[in-house]
Amino acid sequence: MLLTVTTLEKSYAGADGPVQVLRGIDMAVAAGDTVALTGESGSGKSTLLHLIGGLDTPDNGTITLAGQAISGMDDAGRAALRRTHIGIVFQQFNLIPSLDVAANIAFQARLAGSFDADDADALATALGLKDHLRKYPEQLSGGQQQRVAIARALAAKPKLILADEPTGNLDEATASEVMAQMLGLVAQTGAALVMVTHSPRLAGQMDRELHLRQGRLA
Amino acid sequence: MIAAGLSALWSHWRRNPLQVFTLIAGLALATALWSGVQAVNAEARASYDAAAATLGEGQYDQLLPQAGAHIPETTFIALRRAGWLVGPVVEGQVGAVGAQVRLVGIDPLTAPGGLGPVGGTSGMSLPEFLEQRPVFANAATAAKLAGFIDAAIIIEPTIAPDTAITDIFLAQRLLDAKGQFSRLIMATQQPIGRAPLAQVAPDLIRRAAQGGADVARLTDSFHLNLTAFGLLSFAVGIFIVHGAIGLAFEQRRAMVRTLRALGMPLRTLIALMAAELLVLALVGGVIGVCLGYLVAATLLPDVAATLKGLYGAQVSGTLQLRPVWWLSGLAISVLGTGVAAAGALVSIARMPLLASAQPRAWATARGRARRVQILVSFGLLTLAAILSVTADGLVMGFGLLACLLVGAALALPLVLDGALRLAQHFARGVTAAWFWADTRQQLPGLSLALMALLLAMAANVGVSTMVSSFRLTFTGFLDQRLASELYVNTQDAAQARALQTFAGPYTTEVLPLLSVEQSLAGLPAEVYGARIGPTYRDNWGLLDATPQVWDSVEAGEALLVNEQLARRAGLWVGDNLEIAPDTVLPIAGVFGDYGNPIGQAIVAEPLFAALHPQVRATRFGLRTNDAAGLRATLTDDFGLSAQNITDQAQIKSFSLAVFERTFTVTAALNVLTLSVAGFAIFMSLLTLTGMRVPQLAPAWALGITRRRLGQLELVRAVVLAVLTAAFALPLGLALAWVLLAVVNVEAFGWRLPMYVFPRDYAVLGLFALAAAVLAAAWPARKLARTPPADLLKVFANER
Repeated sequence: MLLTVTTLEKSYAGADGPVQVLRGIDMAVAAGDTVALTGESGSGKSTLLHLIGGLDTPDNGTITLAGQAISGMDDAGRAALRRTHIGIVFQQFNLIPSLDVAANIAFQARLAGSFDADDADALATALGLKDHLRKYPEQLSGGQQQRVAIARALAAKPKLILADEPTGNLDEATASEVMAQMLGLVAQTGAALVMVTHSPRLAGQMDRELHLRQGRLA
Repeated sequence: MIAAGLSALWSHWRRNPLQVFTLIAGLALATALWSGVQAVNAEARASYDAAAATLGEGQYDQLLPQAGAHIPETTFIALRRAGWLVGPVVEGQVGAVGAQVRLVGIDPLTAPGGLGPVGGTSGMSLPEFLEQRPVFANAATAAKLAGFIDAAIIIEPTIAPDTAITDIFLAQRLLDAKGQFSRLIMATQQPIGRAPLAQVAPDLIRRAAQGGADVARLTDSFHLNLTAFGLLSFAVGIFIVHGAIGLAFEQRRAMVRTLRALGMPLRTLIALMAAELLVLALVGGVIGVCLGYLVAATLLPDVAATLKGLYGAQVSGTLQLRPVWWLSGLAISVLGTGVAAAGALVSIARMPLLASAQPRAWATARGRARRVQILVSFGLLTLAAILSVTADGLVMGFGLLACLLVGAALALPLVLDGALRLAQHFARGVTAAWFWADTRQQLPGLSLALMALLLAMAANVGVSTMVSSFRLTFTGFLDQRLASELYVNTQDAAQARALQTFAGPYTTEVLPLLSVEQSLAGLPAEVYGARIGPTYRDNWGLLDATPQVWDSVEAGEALLVNEQLARRAGLWVGDNLEIAPDTVLPIAGVFGDYGNPIGQAIVAEPLFAALHPQVRATRFGLRTNDAAGLRATLTDDFGLSAQNITDQAQIKSFSLAVFERTFTVTAALNVLTLSVAGFAIFMSLLTLTGMRVPQLAPAWALGITRRRLGQLELVRAVVLAVLTAAFALPLGLALAWVLLAVVNVEAFGWRLPMYVFPRDYAVLGLFALAAAVLAAAWPARKLARTPPADLLKVFANER
């Protein structure tokens, strides 16, 4: 199993005391699996994604990715795991504004020491970015920026892609197009995909859907 | 990973060249002014050290000819035979007119220990010196000598500027002074029972050592002022750097989050950011050191002339590139960057990975940070108030300065916010209300630049007040001390008596100069006997005195002491001081004695004569309405040689002229500091221009034209500059008070009275306004010309 999550718990400090966001999550994702995380706002979807990505640390429970326990790692260990095994696609794109498209696509792969110019070129072509490689993010539309973010995540050849409402900022037509391209490329690489989404239509395109309600899997 | 991280970090600077320019320019300016002043000070101190080390000047008693310019060789031989341990010196000028070098010849066999270049960095032994008879000089002096002397020149960096040293026989030949000496230097320890000087060499007079360290000590006040200016300029520059780094880091918060999310460890990221700052600091430092060299090279001739005229200190007018100086310049640049960036780096290190990446106000923190700032400011100002009463020692004096300046700078945003809030409250019309509210919102972004302006203006007010007060005090001091139009030396008591009788009809007063060195209150001091008369009563300003001070001193019932003695011995008016066994007198007055390193007491002439009957006056001050006529009469009719008459009126006017030249240096530093502050405002406004569009777009959409918005930006800068100037004036006066009443007293033992100069402050205020208008002009123009398309993007959410 590529990803195993066991009895995961997480709470945050709130104005009226701690707010329990995750209350004992158990889940597993195999290589090549695509999973949709759905649920109402505040149900803990993004928190779960952040914990899996090592962007935050759980209060209790374990997360194991590719045989390594994320929950026991320090900042440097989690950072190393992210750059080599995980690709993250954010709703807000989070491109580096001072780097052009080509440098943004190559960035995580360079961090991981696994950059391959041909692969990056192929990704840019597949995502329709070939004519925009020398442009800066501010010169691109929202859909184009999200394609760059997807290319950046895939160029590092991760085992797991985490996507947090990747089409949340796009219109429906663009969202469908981007989603189709992402699913196609993920399938080609054999990576697993865990995606947070509010859209039942997009969730329906995934292998499985996990629904969260008040911090628990329904 | 490192390369990818660096490329991402550097890409920010590449895309924001204005920020790089601001940062490097701020660093360069801060380093330039600091290292420039340090270079001037280092050069001067090196010159003092060189003079003291190579010539022993001021360290030994000397025998000088009473009349005529030379001592015959026979006199020297007679003295040696009589047991006097003296070494001969001959000196004169050689070289081209206008670039002459002082050639000093010594006898290494009889010169007091440690004198001369033998055994210096050249490593030449005494036999080698005697055999080769070379001329020692530093490189610059050697260049001036080339072609003018037929002797080997050895470069010796420790030799004083414009001075060359050689064997006495070679010097006599080069100066065409065979068998003649200029002076004789006495060894510190002399045999007991040797024949008296008057018996062996009646034509010579003995001049006591002036104390080698005295020159350095006298000039310390001058160097301290320069250092204080350099430090303040550096602080102003560092405010710019802090602002630039803060902005750059705020703008990169999103990037930092992304880098970490993509797998870059926090430690690596912090290390890379520190490394990039180090590179920028070194670049800024190198430029700053080069600019500092130019500043120092420009200022040094004026400083050298000032020091020579004021203190008689010979300082090279040519700047040397000393490794210690430029290395310390780079170090201060790196240190300043570290201080300016520490907060930003800590903030990045503590920022949770999932923290909002939205840019927040990048300068003055709000909320909790704002409260902390107010508390720190209040604490520092309270500490300054406590130190102003209790400060003891120079370090505490500077601690007081630091608390006062930093505390006031931190309080500035609060003060400005209060003033703007008041203006908003009384605003009439919607545009005015929006203007004041918007100005308040701008405050965090501009506060660092305004703090820089505050410090620059306060420094200008403070230092110019101190220097101008010094000027007034010094003028009065010269009137007091150089009141006599002519000073004359007589050869002996008989000639002195004859002179007093002769000069009577030609003078309004004849003032004998009587003094002995002795210990007072356990401290080294001099006691003077004064003929109390109109000169003392009319000219001598006293710092504190009893109502009938001159009457009681003239009657021999009281004495005067200088401020140094009073402060060091813990005495003041009304206290008693023992000036001789069984002779204790009350102190009737304390007088300022600027520049004198030791204590002094003045008693009436009759009392002095009673206490020291063996001392006879041979020097006199003559009061006359016709100095030139009296000089001619003394030389023609009385037979006094011209060398024994000194026209003190000329010395006074020369001293004042030199002192004015000192202010040229201060004025130059004033302008430089204010320019740095103006630059800080300019860069802040320019940087904010780009960030202002989202705030101005709604006002534009609601009907305020772009031209009007640009005009309001200009008015905003002027309003903030005026408010800052209003706050800077009391701060500057407080700074001047600390410099005059605390730092000077702790450093030198005297307190300068403080005067205020409203006209100077008004001129400074106008300069500050001009700087603010100039700084705001371009950003305002840029805003006024912002394309409507850019303003519309705000509403399209595409920015």
